[in-house]
Amino acid sequence: MTDGFPGRLTEYQVIGRHLPNEANPTPKLYRMRIFAPNTVVAKSRFWYFMAQLRKLKKANGEIVSLNVIEEKRPLKVKNFGIWIRYDSRSGTHNMYKEFREMSRTDAVEALYQDMAARHRSRFGSIHILKVVEIDNNDSIRRPYIKQLLQKDLKFPLPHRAGGKVGKKVFAYSRPSTFA
Amino acid sequence: MADIDVKVSSWKLVEVGRLVLIRSGPFEGKLAAIVEIVDHRRVLVDGPSTEEQKIVPRHVLPLAHATLTHFTIPQLPRAAGTGPVKKLWAKNEIDGKWAKSSFAQRSERSERRKNLSDFERFKVLRLRKQARYEVQKSHAKARAANKS
Repeated sequence: MTDGFPGRLTEYQVIGRHLPNEANPTPKLYRMRIFAPNTVVAKSRFWYFMAQLRKLKKANGEIVSLNVIEEKRPLKVKNFGIWIRYDSRSGTHNMYKEFREMSRTDAVEALYQDMAARHRSRFGSIHILKVVEIDNNDSIRRPYIKQLLQKDLKFPLPHRAGGKVGKKVFAYSRPSTFA
Repeated sequence: MADIDVKVSSWKLVEVGRLVLIRSGPFEGKLAAIVEIVDHRRVLVDGPSTEEQKIVPRHVLPLAHATLTHFTIPQLPRAAGTGPVKKLWAKNEIDGKWAKSSFAQRSERSERRKNLSDFERFKVLRLRKQARYEVQKSHAKARAANKS
């Protein structure tokens, strides 16, 4: 997030490998970029995905390094495409969604909120496959992002309620919503 | 049928270059320019004011926390950096224009009134009484002149 407060998620780079043994003294390194609220969850997710992809688990492996990936330009508005796989109540689905945010972590946070809202899906039932920044506006696919990219975008803010400061329970006149 | 002249209401628009007044959060009461529209609820703002204590750093502001003002920086390019925004801000004399606006004057006055000492509040009371007396005097004179 941009205002100095840490967001809900952080992007971690986790590198792990099989424990070295006599048969293989230099095991292959595996690297993952993982979005997690903290390092404990990041390591746990690493082992969860690792066991699905290779014959490697926490009991026979080790984490070599874990570090935070910072956003390169956190003050620039970017469009992100996110590919996910999620388990619904009735099956597994692949999905592609687009987000307009300031950072990769903001986009992934927005994704989890969106998936929770539209599909009631939880953190544990979503796998983030790929997060890509889309530089080329022509390759934006979703109309809800496309509409924000038109030239000279402008819109009014009609019908706004005033602030809550000094508001009583009952008012003697209708509020003015034209501002 | 009579010709009815329907005028389109002139809305203040959310657009790049529009100046907004921040109504809540750490930069409450400060002025910032919209640099880019993130989506229909949030905008990227930047307020490189020439006065040190009025600077708003570049950040994402929810439109629910903002009030649109009548002022704009015309021809502000989309996603301009703080440097160019600062230049155009100074060129368009935003700080001066804003200080002259009735909202800014009112809020400055209420801020000053809030920080008065007891004796100063008493002076305000006396001065307001004097001013009121003068107004009423001339009013009474005008009324008497009208009667005769």
